[in-house]
This record gives sequence, structure tokens and C-alpha cells, in this order.
Amino acid sequence: MNAIISNAMLDIRRLNRSEVLQYAVLTILALIALGPIIVMFITSFKTQVDIMSSESMWVFEPTFDNYTHVFENKFDLYLGNSIIVSLASTCLSLLVSGMAAYALARLEFPGRSPMAYFTLIIRMVPPAVLAIPIFILWLNWELFLFDLIDATPFLYEMENPDPYLFAEGLVDGRIGLTLFYTALNLPFAIWLLIGFLRQIPTEIEEAAIVDGASQWQVFLRVIFPLMRPGLAVAAIFTFRISWNEFLLALVLTDRNTRTLPVGITLFLTEQGVQWGRIMAMGTLIVIPPLVLTFVAARQIIAGMTAGAVKG
Amino acid sequence: MQRSLKIRQLRIAYMFLLPAIIVFFLGLVVPLVNTFELSFNRLSMGSRWSDRDYVGVENYERMVEDDHVRSSVGVTLRFAAIVLVAELVIGMGLALLLEKPIKGATVFRTIFILPLMVSPVAVGLIWRYLLDGRIGLVNHYLGLIGIPPQTWLGHPDLAFFSIVITDIWQWTPFIFIILLAGLQALPSEVMEASRIDGANWRQMTFLIKIPMLRSILLVTVLLRLIDVFRALEVIFVMTFGGPGRSTQVLSLHIYKTAFTSQALGYASTIAVVLMFIMLVLSLVLLAFSNPLKERADF
Repeated sequence: MNAIISNAMLDIRRLNRSEVLQYAVLTILALIALGPIIVMFITSFKTQVDIMSSESMWVFEPTFDNYTHVFENKFDLYLGNSIIVSLASTCLSLLVSGMAAYALARLEFPGRSPMAYFTLIIRMVPPAVLAIPIFILWLNWELFLFDLIDATPFLYEMENPDPYLFAEGLVDGRIGLTLFYTALNLPFAIWLLIGFLRQIPTEIEEAAIVDGASQWQVFLRVIFPLMRPGLAVAAIFTFRISWNEFLLALVLTDRNTRTLPVGITLFLTEQGVQWGRIMAMGTLIVIPPLVLTFVAARQIIAGMTAGAVKG
Repeated sequence: MQRSLKIRQLRIAYMFLLPAIIVFFLGLVVPLVNTFELSFNRLSMGSRWSDRDYVGVENYERMVEDDHVRSSVGVTLRFAAIVLVAELVIGMGLALLLEKPIKGATVFRTIFILPLMVSPVAVGLIWRYLLDGRIGLVNHYLGLIGIPPQTWLGHPDLAFFSIVITDIWQWTPFIFIILLAGLQALPSEVMEASRIDGANWRQMTFLIKIPMLRSILLVTVLLRLIDVFRALEVIFVMTFGGPGRSTQVLSLHIYKTAFTSQALGYASTIAVVLMFIMLVLSLVLLAFSNPLKERADF
């Protein structure tokens, strides 16, 4: 025991003054970054009474009531919607951007710079701007379907005559969300993947073609697996957007297709804010991105710095 | 023979591009064209697209005289300027301070990207709780050092300050990580040479390192600027633009005009203007240099 301590002390003494300062600053910064997230986690185990009395920040009797309440209030439904939308848009985005990047990289497309500009311009489109036309388009789809049903009597004779049910099944906000999240992420993903594709020698594909593989087979069996590191980065960023996005989800979803970020705001009620439940649901929402961060920090940093720093 | 092969390859290439084009078209081009068209029309919530009234530039005329639009443009620009300067100064300072690679750096970097991964709605809610006038921890701890409780989100200036602090918390790590990567990628020969030439710390920093980081700084500013103009989720749940209009950024104003005042045509007009402002600001920045082009080969 003593040996361990003296070893540790030796280690500390071996650090010079600037390193000690560096660790001290880093630790403070880490606490600042983590603090609010930790507070959310702790508060999620408090009763509303404990939360309202500011005396007991660290000392209180933990309770799972908030989680129980969250689970009893359609959490599974929102979770399902979030998972469907996130996975669908991530998969779609990877496939579509992988194909496009392959074509652009092998077509001797004039450099990545037009793509880089395009990425920037798409990134410039605020969700609030998209929300309006998207809302109207979706609404009109619905109205259009009602008209169609009115105009085509034979539809009434189908087993499910309720036009609302019929329309709701078709005009599902989740399809819209999947489409828009994919579109918003596509330029970034394509741009990223072109960079990875440039590093894959064309000889591999040529060999496969000589062996009689079609272009599609080459892409699916040869290129797609080789792009895996790039796809991982693209997947993380698409997933992050789709999982966290709030505004388009708020506009496009109804009580059955709500995603988690929309669901959590339901605890901001007229009667007051139900902090315990918000923190419990917040904790649950944050878990997947948090796990992702710890598993794939390297890829996230690679994706973040790709645009700015030669990586 | 050679030529037909080339054409076949081209055809395949375009087929590979087709899904991306379709997604872009449906997901971005159609909505944006619609927004532009709608900005010349009047359309209230619940009516059909075909029921829109063409009103010419009436919406644009109305907007020029609209105090609410003017004040939200002001709030947005002020917010953007303050958070950008603060985040750049803090991020740059920390990157310079912590430039030297040390053991355990990956652990810290992992922790620093956490605020970026948390859902903006959750970020807004957490900070709304922390800054709550009655039960918030910020007031609690300020009380311990003798500062009386403030109604952070209830006073116009304090509310603005609150959204600034929240943005700094969430986004400084982003700038820090990018600049740190940039600093560590600087060619060591240059650093070595300048050290041998007797450059002191200040000269190294301001005459060598920061100028060499120019293009990285530009991209970072550009990306952050775009995000500041887009983002409204944090403010949406923290203050919803209040009190008064003190935190009403332009994108939140667009949302409210469309979905609270239910004036979809007029909201589209403001949306077009927001896009225009962003485009102009970005082009001004890009005119300084074209950072992405230089790095086109990764």
C-alpha cells in the first residue's frame, strides 16, 4: 500500500511544473463539460419535493419514480419512433452517399471543392426554413389523399373505409423525417467518403471486373467493405443529427409518431415544469450518444476536424 | 470499343448518383423552391397549397417596416458576434495552453466532445434548470459566495447572457478540438527553426502559429457562424425568445410567425431573408480565402 502511494508520489514529482498545470486545467475543463450532464443524472433520481428545496443538492433519498413515470407515458412509443427514424436515415444515408461518392470519386469528378461548397451551402439551410414548406407539403399530401378517396368510390368499399386512418398510415411523418435527415446529411457524408475512396487503389476493382463482377457487385462486395472507416464516421454524424433533431420532428410528427426530443418537451406543462421527469427522460435520451462518444471518440474527432484540418 | 466502354461507365456512374439526386431533390430543392414561391404569397395555417393568394412583394414591404424582424436580426447578430468571439478566444487560449501532447489526452478529449453529442433540447432543459431563479444550482452556489439570487431567465439582459453562456458551454470544445488538432499538425521544422532564431513565446504565438492556422480559423468561424444562425432548439426550450423579445433569434422568429401567428407566407419571406443573410456572410468569409478548396485532397 505504502509502496503504491510512494510510487504515485514519485510519478507526480517526475511531472514538471507545466505538466501539472496542464493536468489541472484539463481537469477543471472536464468538470465544467461534465458538470451539467452529471447534475441531470443526479436530479433524475430526486422527487419533485427534493428538487424544489434547493438545500439538498447532494444529500437526498434516491427514487426511481421519475423513470417509472416516464416509462408509463409512452416512452416505448417515442423510443421506437426515434430508433426507426435514426436507423432508417443512417442506413439510407450510408447507401446513397456511398454510391454517390463512388461515382464522383471514380468519375474523375473535378476535385472535391465543388462538393465542399455544396456541403457548406446545404449546411446553411436552417431547419426553421425547411419546417414551413415541409409542413405544408405534408399537410397537402394528406388533403390530396382525402380528395383522392372522395373521388374514388371504390376505395370506400375497401375493408378500411376510414379515410383518416388510411391517410395516416401512408403519410407517416417518420418517412418525411427520414427523407429530410438523409438529405441534410448527404453532402457531408459524400464529401467525407470521397476522401476515403481516393485512398483505395483502383486496381482492386479492376481485378474484380476482370473476374466478371458487375459494377454493382464491385461496389457492394468490394468498395463498401473497404470504405468502412469512412462509413463509420458518416454514420455517427447522421445518427447524431437524426437522434437529437427537434424542430422538424416537432412539425412533422403527431402523437403516434413523436420522437424522443419532442416527447421530453411534453413535461414542460402549463402547471409547471416537471423537472424530475425531464431529467429522467433526458438521461435516457443522452445514453446512446454518450455510449457512442466513448466507443468512437476517435472517429468523431476525425469527422469534426476533417473539414478544417488536413487529416 | 473503347468509346462504348466509356459511355457504359458514364451511364453506370450516373445511375450511382441517381438516388442521391432524388433525395436532394425531394428533401431540399422542392422545399426551398416552395419557400421562395410562398414568400410572394399569403397562406394561413390549415389552408391548401392551392388556396394561396399571390400578393407580390407585399410580404417584403411589410418586413422592411417590421420592428419584430429588425429586433430579431439584431439579437441574432449580437448573439453570433458575442459567442463567436468568446468561443474563439477561449478555444484558442486553451489550445495554445494545452498544445503539448501529454498522457491521457484522449480521455480528456473524449470528455470534451460530450457537450456536442448531447441533444440540444436536453442541453436547453439542463441549463434552464441550472439557471432557474428559485431552484437553480447557479443561484445556490452564487449565494454561497454572497451574491444574491438572480432571475436569470426572467430579465432581458440576464436571459441573453444565459443563452450566451449555454452556447459557450456547448460549442467551445468544438473550436478547442479543431484548433488543437491544427496546432499539433503544424510542421515541426518551422517551429524548430523559429525557436532557434530566438523567437519568444509571444512572437511564436502571434507571428507564427496563429497566422499559420489562418485557414483552419476561417473554416471554424464559418461553420460556427452557420450553426449559430441555424440553431434555435436550445433557445426554444430555455426562453422561447423571451422575456419580451430579448432572446428571439431570427430562426425562432420564423418558427413563431409560421406556427404561432400562423402566417406561413410571411414566415417564408423572413426565411428567404435569413438564407440571404447567411449566404452573404459566408461569401464574405470565403472571399478571404477558400479554405476548403485548399484541403480538397484531405
